[in-house]
Amino acid sequence: MIYFDNSATSYPKPSQVTDAVIYFMTKIGANPGRAGHSQSVKAGEIVFEARKKVAVFFGLKSPMNVIFTSNATEALNTAVKGLLIKGDHVITSAMEHNSVMRPLKRLEEDGIITFSVLEGDDRGVLSVEEVIKAIKPATKVLVINHMSNVTGAVQPVREIGELCRSKGVLTILDCAQSAGIIPLDMCADYIDIVCFTGHKGLYGPTGTGGMVIRDGFDFNRIRPLKEGGTGSLSDKTVQPAFMPDKFESGTLNAAGIAGLSKGIDFLNSLPEGLKSVQLHKQTLQKYFIEKAKKHVKGFVTQSETEGYGVVSFTIEGLSVSEVTMKLSDLYGIMSRQGLHCAPLAHRRIGTFPEGTVRFGFSVFNTRDEIDSAVKALKEIAGGN
Amino acid sequence: MSGESVILFHSSNYAMWAADALKKAKIGHKLVPVPRELSSDCGYCVRFDTLSAGQVSALMEKENIEFDRIEQI
Repeated sequence: MIYFDNSATSYPKPSQVTDAVIYFMTKIGANPGRAGHSQSVKAGEIVFEARKKVAVFFGLKSPMNVIFTSNATEALNTAVKGLLIKGDHVITSAMEHNSVMRPLKRLEEDGIITFSVLEGDDRGVLSVEEVIKAIKPATKVLVINHMSNVTGAVQPVREIGELCRSKGVLTILDCAQSAGIIPLDMCADYIDIVCFTGHKGLYGPTGTGGMVIRDGFDFNRIRPLKEGGTGSLSDKTVQPAFMPDKFESGTLNAAGIAGLSKGIDFLNSLPEGLKSVQLHKQTLQKYFIEKAKKHVKGFVTQSETEGYGVVSFTIEGLSVSEVTMKLSDLYGIMSRQGLHCAPLAHRRIGTFPEGTVRFGFSVFNTRDEIDSAVKALKEIAGGN
Repeated sequence: MSGESVILFHSSNYAMWAADALKKAKIGHKLVPVPRELSSDCGYCVRFDTLSAGQVSALMEKENIEFDRIEQI
């Protein structure tokens, strides 16, 4: 089996990730922060270690500003719905995933906000000039992804972040695709809130992710998405107002977080950290695109040759579902077809409503696997 | 003053943070269940030798780790 669906979730996971999940479930088992017994303390220590690592990973000083969620979608819903109030205006891009677009649409339909969708260039990449033009007196937030889940296009985050900071506009960055590939320093990059998932480029288990708030940001401005048990202030029926408990109601996915912690260790253990990841993915992407262009009849890609391992493509005359089905059933190659939960992005790049086939490469993929995929695509495309 | 004290936090997350800082500073401590007579919280607090109380509170201030109070037990 060849797995090229790493942009949906990475597979395989590093062995230290799966070992950590099994260790937690077989040797620890307890609920972190909910009791004083030794197993609960150990569980709490594992979660705290992960919190510290995530903080460092995004350039934060306070580990308390790391809020664990079940995925990037929950984090984005918390940030978007928690920050915005009636009359606010939001700027976003045409390249967004539905995890950004749908919460915005909900608030718009409820009469709470208005929002502007910026088209960007022909790859959907925004410019500072375009953002300046879109800022209105009521603009409170800019929410964009760091890296498109459809094409892999990367937004100029630092330039846009600096502009927004100077104009008093808050920035929410969806790092679902970029975390573990493109480094981010929330301070230097002028980002107020990062929403990430743990199960893609960070190589953790599904069901992990988080909302990270920059040091010094007034988190009182954000309402929690949910209230409930936190293990703190248990004599009170009101939600604690301090971090991270304000946003972390209910038992955490501690086994998953144990794995996520080791996923970050895995990335840090690579010879040059994220640079190693980038180099590997860039090499694979370039190799695949150049080889497919040469050998696969009707191959058209919507991604750049230079990129970080997210490649959308179509084969003229063939439906994307037919291509992915044949890749899976005849060749054992796993890929993703369709709109990738990002209909506006596909409109922007001209592939709506059919969508594309997407290959998402991980650090475990090889050139041999790409050779096999190109051979398979050549055969699939051959008769058309 | 001899004996033991505990430092109480609003949340077990802060107790973890404090324990981590104390470990790095090589100040003897132990994460223990919050004594019921002191707090209604479900989680833990940090116990230490009362002689270290000044060092402990100074460290919390230095690391910006918010705490509720220190109590002798």
